[in-house]
Amino acid sequence: MSGIILPGADGLLFQRDRAWHPPADTPGYKSTTFRSPRHSLLALGPTRSEMTGPSFGHEQLGALDNDLIRNFSQDGTEAIGQRLIVYGQVLDENARPVPHTLVEYWQANAGGRYRHKKEGYLAALDPNFGGFGRSITDENGFYHFRTVKPGAYPWPNGGNDWRPAHIHFSVFGHAFAQRLITQMYFEGDPMIWQCPIVGTVPDKSAIDQLIARLDRHNTTPMDALAYRFDIVLRGRRSTMFENKLEGN
Amino acid sequence: MSLHPVPKLKESPSQTAGPYVHIGMTPNFCGITGVIDADPGSNMLSPEVKGERIVIAGRVIDGAGTPVTDAVLEIWQADAQGGLVAPMSPHSNSTPAFTGWGRQPTRADGSFSFETIKPGRVEGPDGKPMAPHVSLWIVARGINIGLQTRLYFADEAEANQEDYVLNKIMDPRRRDTLIARREEGAIPRYVLDIHLQGDRETVFFDI
Repeated sequence: MSGIILPGADGLLFQRDRAWHPPADTPGYKSTTFRSPRHSLLALGPTRSEMTGPSFGHEQLGALDNDLIRNFSQDGTEAIGQRLIVYGQVLDENARPVPHTLVEYWQANAGGRYRHKKEGYLAALDPNFGGFGRSITDENGFYHFRTVKPGAYPWPNGGNDWRPAHIHFSVFGHAFAQRLITQMYFEGDPMIWQCPIVGTVPDKSAIDQLIARLDRHNTTPMDALAYRFDIVLRGRRSTMFENKLEGN
Repeated sequence: MSLHPVPKLKESPSQTAGPYVHIGMTPNFCGITGVIDADPGSNMLSPEVKGERIVIAGRVIDGAGTPVTDAVLEIWQADAQGGLVAPMSPHSNSTPAFTGWGRQPTRADGSFSFETIKPGRVEGPDGKPMAPHVSLWIVARGINIGLQTRLYFADEAEANQEDYVLNKIMDPRRRDTLIARREEGAIPRYVLDIHLQGDRETVFFDI
């Protein structure tokens, strides 16, 4: 145990910049209509309950948890699609790495179909693709996984809306108030700018933060393209725990 | 490094968890089996965990009164002594009996249920103990950024009266949206419905 980060007067997280995030009610994304709170949020500096958060040990991961090409395959056959390495660094707003934190990801298969009983798209299921995986960041905050490029797909929002290719990410950080779910998009995809869910984010440069860059230097020759996707979590104000893993 | 450094980076903007969040966060629940043994956070208890066994249950309801069937809820709470199991050393082999963290999907009727222990009191920012509570986080399709709130316990009326957070909510009717009623049984159940919108909208926090 490395102990609790005490919420001192200067130890709090930076306030979340809600203008950078999507507002709750975004009519272009119709599902928000009945699911967006109407009252103002109660402004509450984090207490000890939100300054702390769960942690996960590497021993909780299986050997294939970060290999979506093989982790669902029953017979050693590999998932179909354009093979990718997705990697990046989890940082906080102070640009400090966030080590030893759980990163989870899920996505549609190469045809754009999810493995879910409520999925309504006609594209074929890939029997060897489950569509989820997880990593724990290393000492420097890096994660990586292998997957196939997800396909774009239609969804029942407007008459004929399509989601651009994307991967969902869930990241913990070291405080429950850092908890974040977001999505990764692919550099150069013209569909990004037509998507109502992408469009919930008001600022174009904020959207740009969700677009992974093609990284030709980290490809695996004759195997997989690489995309880099860095994720930024809220930072802490304090410098009190500078030299500790969980600090600041 | 100054005492109050200016942030160098911006937090990654949130995006909805989408309708298929169960694939990524509770895969066994939605039928994607054989990859991981158990969904993370599905079992919070072992025989070694000290404290009163309780069930926390409820439903998530949207502004049209419809159950939200595609949500994921996480809780984070203190142990029975009021301790929060903050980051374990990655090099430590000593996994605590009680991690304080749970994750559950909502089901076809919008219901959720956690088997856990009654938390102890945690010191608040004013130096006084906060009332026993569980921190809650809710994501689903149509929720653009995860909703943070808390669950308090109806049989802790005295502690609730002086709670740091509850006292920031001026309207007593709104305060009551965070207080779970107790149902007696072999294992006591604390029941709280989460209303995303409407007359009984839950108080959500900007933490």
